[in-house]
Amino acid sequence: MIEERFDAIVVGAGMAGNAAALTMAKRGLKVLQLERGEYPGSKNVQGAIFYADMMEKLIPEFREEAPLERHLVEQRFWMMDDRSHVGMHYRSDDFNEERPNRYTIIRAQFDKWFSSKVREAGATVLCETTVTELVRDDHERIVGVRTDRRDGEIHADVVVLAEGVNGLLGTRAGLRSRPTPDKVALAVKEMHFLPRETIEARFNLKGDEGVVIEAAGTISRGMTGMGFIYANKECISLGIGCLVADFQRTGQTPYGMLDHFKQHPSVAPLIAGSEVKEYAAHLIPEGGYKAIPQLYGEGWVVVGDAAQLNNAIHREGSNLAMTSGRIAAEAIAQVKSRREPMSTKNLSLYKKMLDESFVIKDLKKYKDMPTLMHTHSQNFFLTYPQLISKALQNFVRVDGTPKVEKEKATLKSFVKARSWTGLFGDACRFARAWR
Amino acid sequence: MNVEPSVRVEDKLYYNRYLVDVGHPHVTVREHTTPSPQLLALLKVCPARCYELNDNGQVEITVDGCIECGTCRVIAEPTGDIKWSHPRGGYGVLFKFG
Repeated sequence: MIEERFDAIVVGAGMAGNAAALTMAKRGLKVLQLERGEYPGSKNVQGAIFYADMMEKLIPEFREEAPLERHLVEQRFWMMDDRSHVGMHYRSDDFNEERPNRYTIIRAQFDKWFSSKVREAGATVLCETTVTELVRDDHERIVGVRTDRRDGEIHADVVVLAEGVNGLLGTRAGLRSRPTPDKVALAVKEMHFLPRETIEARFNLKGDEGVVIEAAGTISRGMTGMGFIYANKECISLGIGCLVADFQRTGQTPYGMLDHFKQHPSVAPLIAGSEVKEYAAHLIPEGGYKAIPQLYGEGWVVVGDAAQLNNAIHREGSNLAMTSGRIAAEAIAQVKSRREPMSTKNLSLYKKMLDESFVIKDLKKYKDMPTLMHTHSQNFFLTYPQLISKALQNFVRVDGTPKVEKEKATLKSFVKARSWTGLFGDACRFARAWR
Repeated sequence: MNVEPSVRVEDKLYYNRYLVDVGHPHVTVREHTTPSPQLLALLKVCPARCYELNDNGQVEITVDGCIECGTCRVIAEPTGDIKWSHPRGGYGVLFKFG
């Protein structure tokens, strides 16, 4: 056993773990952070979009030194059928600001830098160390962790579980249940390298401007899912994800869907001639508010993806991770400064503070959305995209048909596919879940 | 099993960096005579195609190309069909970009 005792042990060096370790170290706590990867970031996978506001609360001057890719000036939403896409684009020069709001990043590189700041703040970061179980005392309190290193038992007042969506420790210890196939999506992603000028020409960008494309529709073959294309400086992150339960039910393969997405006539020209340098896969928490587990207990808190803190509608995860990590750390620092024990009662401060933040407020707003999307996936991801594509083609194609007849044909196609009550019901359900 | 022969997952995995922990697979399949529906689902859902049917119709795993997503754990750990742990520290997939 390692005799040295820590105020806090943080398991994992992703966004949540780094935010927690940094915050506690800055407040003078003695922090040990354990990461199973070769270096912080080597096991972490994300699209990735990065949110400046949440980072400014941790490292205000991060823009000067963090490895950022492009700041986003444009967002495109594509609703796709097999040969078309209906797009809604928003681009604004307002996003070319001194302190841009969102960036694309490459996680392995970014996390390595983030971790260097955690070390600078005074935390001990130990890589290539897999935590195998949580250690309890006679009163069932969590008092430390056991690792795969020799003499691997280490003690601390509190353990911060930042172990990610597939975290084993919390579920093995019975602190929360394992995610079920209807609560997580599987996303696969490739990194496509192209010369910088080619990317800027294809995406209509100049300098470090960036763009995000998010795509839904027949590409997910009737399953609840989404595709994404993010422009980095010299590569494009391209991927697609669907609910694990849907993959299980349909027998579709993730790589088959990825290649299908890449071959779509709207996508193929963007990546033509690229060199692929990595293929990754990761789970994404999709259960929303109702899937959030118990967040604290005797000697422990859980943060980030491990706590299912992901906003599936806005595709936000890393900012919820950073914020929950920071807030948990602030709560722990407060308890510590009062010289009180890391008990369930005292650590409930974390939940109280998180409830007051955008993290829980946003997830609560969309609490009914996951169920709606999952139970009506055929309609929202297959039928409507096809209908809307056909309607717009009908609208723009000039073929001598009187406009009145065109409109009638469009309306008829909607009613035929979903019926009046179906259309009305879908609209109401959607509005209610969005509210 | 028809798993989209046009897509060669092996080629995709070739892009990745791994440090294989020889002799210590982090995921194992429980011995069985007839695979459960959960095990059969893994043949298609595993993004690295680590699961394959052997000549006796049983599901086998080769973890060398595993990208550690945990999808098989979500599907087949509850039924006891597989055992899932993280690779030992430093081993497994090493993402350059992530």
